[in-house]
Amino acid sequence: MAFLEVKGLKAFYRQIEAIHGLDFSLEEGSITTILGANGAGKTTTLRAICRMIRTEGEIRFDGQDVTGMATEKVVQLGIAHVPEGRGTFVRQSVEENLQLGAYTRKSKTEIAADIERVYDYFPRLRERQKQQAGTLSGGEQQMLAIGRALMLRPRLMLLDEPSFGLAPLIVQEIYGIMRRIRESEGTTMLLVEQNANIALNLADHAYLLETGNVVMSGESQVIRDDENVRRSYLGY
Amino acid sequence: MDLFFQLTLAGLAIGSIYACVALAVVMIYQATDHFNFAQGEMAMFSTFICWTFLGLGLPVWVAAVLAIGTSFIAGLIIERVIIKPVENAPVLNQIIVFIGLLMIFNNVAGWIWEFTIKPFPSLFPDDFGFKSELIGPHHMGVIALTLTVLLLIFLFFRFTRVGLAMRAAAANPDSARLVGISVGWMLALGWGLAAAVGAVGGILVAPIVYLEPNMMSGVLLYAFAGALLGGVSSPGGAVLGGLIVGVLENWLGQYVPGGSELKLTFALILIVGVLLFKPAGLFGRVVIKRV
Amino acid sequence: MDRPNPITKKLLIGFLIALGVGILIPQITTDFTTYQFTLAISYGIAMLGLNILTGYNGQFSVGHSAFFAIGAYTAAIMIEHFAIDPYTSIVIAAFAAFVVGFLFGLPALRLEGLYLALATFGFAVATPQLLKFDAFEHWTGGVQGIFVPKPEPLMEGLSADQSLYYVAMGIMVFLMVVAWSILNSRSGRAMMAIRDNPVAAATMGINLPMVKTTTFGLSAMYAGIGGALFTYSSEFVSPDTFNFFIAVYILVGSVIGGIATIPGVIFGGLFIVFMPNYAQDLKLFFEGTEGPWAAVAGVVPPPWAIFGVMLILVIYFVPFGVWGGIERLWAWTKRRSAG
Repeated sequence: MAFLEVKGLKAFYRQIEAIHGLDFSLEEGSITTILGANGAGKTTTLRAICRMIRTEGEIRFDGQDVTGMATEKVVQLGIAHVPEGRGTFVRQSVEENLQLGAYTRKSKTEIAADIERVYDYFPRLRERQKQQAGTLSGGEQQMLAIGRALMLRPRLMLLDEPSFGLAPLIVQEIYGIMRRIRESEGTTMLLVEQNANIALNLADHAYLLETGNVVMSGESQVIRDDENVRRSYLGY
Repeated sequence: MDLFFQLTLAGLAIGSIYACVALAVVMIYQATDHFNFAQGEMAMFSTFICWTFLGLGLPVWVAAVLAIGTSFIAGLIIERVIIKPVENAPVLNQIIVFIGLLMIFNNVAGWIWEFTIKPFPSLFPDDFGFKSELIGPHHMGVIALTLTVLLLIFLFFRFTRVGLAMRAAAANPDSARLVGISVGWMLALGWGLAAAVGAVGGILVAPIVYLEPNMMSGVLLYAFAGALLGGVSSPGGAVLGGLIVGVLENWLGQYVPGGSELKLTFALILIVGVLLFKPAGLFGRVVIKRV
Repeated sequence: MDRPNPITKKLLIGFLIALGVGILIPQITTDFTTYQFTLAISYGIAMLGLNILTGYNGQFSVGHSAFFAIGAYTAAIMIEHFAIDPYTSIVIAAFAAFVVGFLFGLPALRLEGLYLALATFGFAVATPQLLKFDAFEHWTGGVQGIFVPKPEPLMEGLSADQSLYYVAMGIMVFLMVVAWSILNSRSGRAMMAIRDNPVAAATMGINLPMVKTTTFGLSAMYAGIGGALFTYSSEFVSPDTFNFFIAVYILVGSVIGGIATIPGVIFGGLFIVFMPNYAQDLKLFFEGTEGPWAAVAGVVPPPWAIFGVMLILVIYFVPFGVWGGIERLWAWTKRRSAG
């Protein structure tokens, strides 16, 4: 059984079905990306895993069925979600945001050590640790969101378009750090992106989503070399 | 002693009671975007519970602490059982539920303890602080105690894990869930705390206005005025607003002809005035309206 | 969203039957019961005002006791100080309440939902103190209030209570028809458009401020007329009569009858006046019994606590109220027979 196994997943906003029977899975330690245009259902898929919307179908994490759980219970299983729009606690300080990321954990010394570790990945956050998070730039808030997710010591990280709305240089920087995180922590990641190029660079596997259905899947390398994908998503 | 000074000090005393109730109102407002119209009646009910404990022969401080603890639990239960079902209902339905709560507390209190007014003992000994015509030990005690309570609450929210989680849940429920916070329980906890702080206000005001089921209606209006004046988005502002309203009320009563009879009207004008001309209050931030 | 019913044949028949029952009531009951029905009508008219404002225009008021009081006091003052006949006084009371409501509607323009509820709450809480104010004492009678004699019977053979009842009923029917016609007119559609989608309403060229303030005035006017009739039937006004709980009664009746309905206020008014009596009777019944049943009397909560519970339950389960429920049931049977 795969680490995360999704079968026949349908998701609904009120009465409207946004994804129509999705199947995919990912292995522990891998990075998987879901690519697709706006409205393809990428964000919805992540929200479904975290139980933020109504769904039908099966979602198993490490063998355990999560569909009946509340969001906070799913988080306690070790699934950290870096949401669309970054979900910054704007009125709280950078440090408080990181502490909130470790809300489900108990050991104060471990938490303090992990905060240091996050600051090592993102030195800019250390500089701004006492600052209200709402005053950070977009890129810094994205770093904070990833840092907050790391504070859970996640077994699986869900990342919703970490490149969204950021300048190319910042995107490079953030993806560089994600690569480092992967190398030193071995965190399993499920990455949703519109920027297919950069996502395929990082990921091992990819799924291509169109209007709520998987239309293609495979090794990142294979997907990247596909003629259609190149024309539609990579633009060269 | 200078009359003006005495008036101001007495105003601060009554104002710190408004501050308690205002803080309770703001705590619930921040967490759930509701004005709890029943906050006053809940505080009144808490005070009656304290009165019942006193009747059992318990010392006044023990009775007060027990009543505040009971109120905390009751507040928690009210949120879980009564408020939760209308969490996503239209605003009108929510307002009506609060009015229903107000009626229930008011009438059940009258039913159990009757509508006659009752003297209520002060928590403070007769030789506490100093005395003059307008202010006595109770006033001094009120100021000291409310400042302590408010400080404790501030420390709780600022420095504890649960306090931080409560702030996070109120400010950004979706993100709070994503870090594993049970937002529903945080709201309930907020209600419990609000009920407890309100109870402090009720127990402190009862020796001044006497205990009866309608004792809080005016206090609640002043507390609303204080909360809005200070800024309904700012707990600290609400506390300051409560204090300001208390002092203004006393000045108005003394220096404006007929002012003592128009105190509630003054509170009304303050509420409408702040809403119209400075909706963020003195210390709050503008809440962006989503249309 | 909820709109006033179109007049169908069946609705008209129902209306005529209700009218017939209404006319019969004073003939078959005592003067005291008739007086209670008059009270129910005066509350009902105020509820109608609240329904227009809240149910059809989406502006909240938890303070209609204030406008009720303005109508009541204006009528009493007209009779006491100006010796104006009681029926003309109702017109003046209506006008006064309209003006105050219109003026209150101006700041209300800038207050949304919750905040408007808070402002009206404040108005209702402050009203009794304002009525006691020294400077107005010459007019208002201060704490003592004003005694108002019950209007002389209009026809021979009618008691004062019966006559007042018929007047009140006539006014209520008239005001229901007025409400119905307004709500079915262009202005009524504008009111409901504002309730359903203020932004769209504004882009459609509806003059939002004008419609909203006028609706506030109209609603207050209804409450004021209710207040005047209340004064005549109870023969007395005093500041503490018009405490915040009157506003709560009006709200309770509106919600239970159905806040976005016109006929619902009949149920609302009757509920407010008669249910407390029945609850009291129930208590007395248990007190009169022997043995364990007598103990029940001790644990029957006071009516208004029960109504608080009912109010919350209504909001949970039947937020459209009694008449809203009848409408839905009617629509359901029609669909069933059609399909």
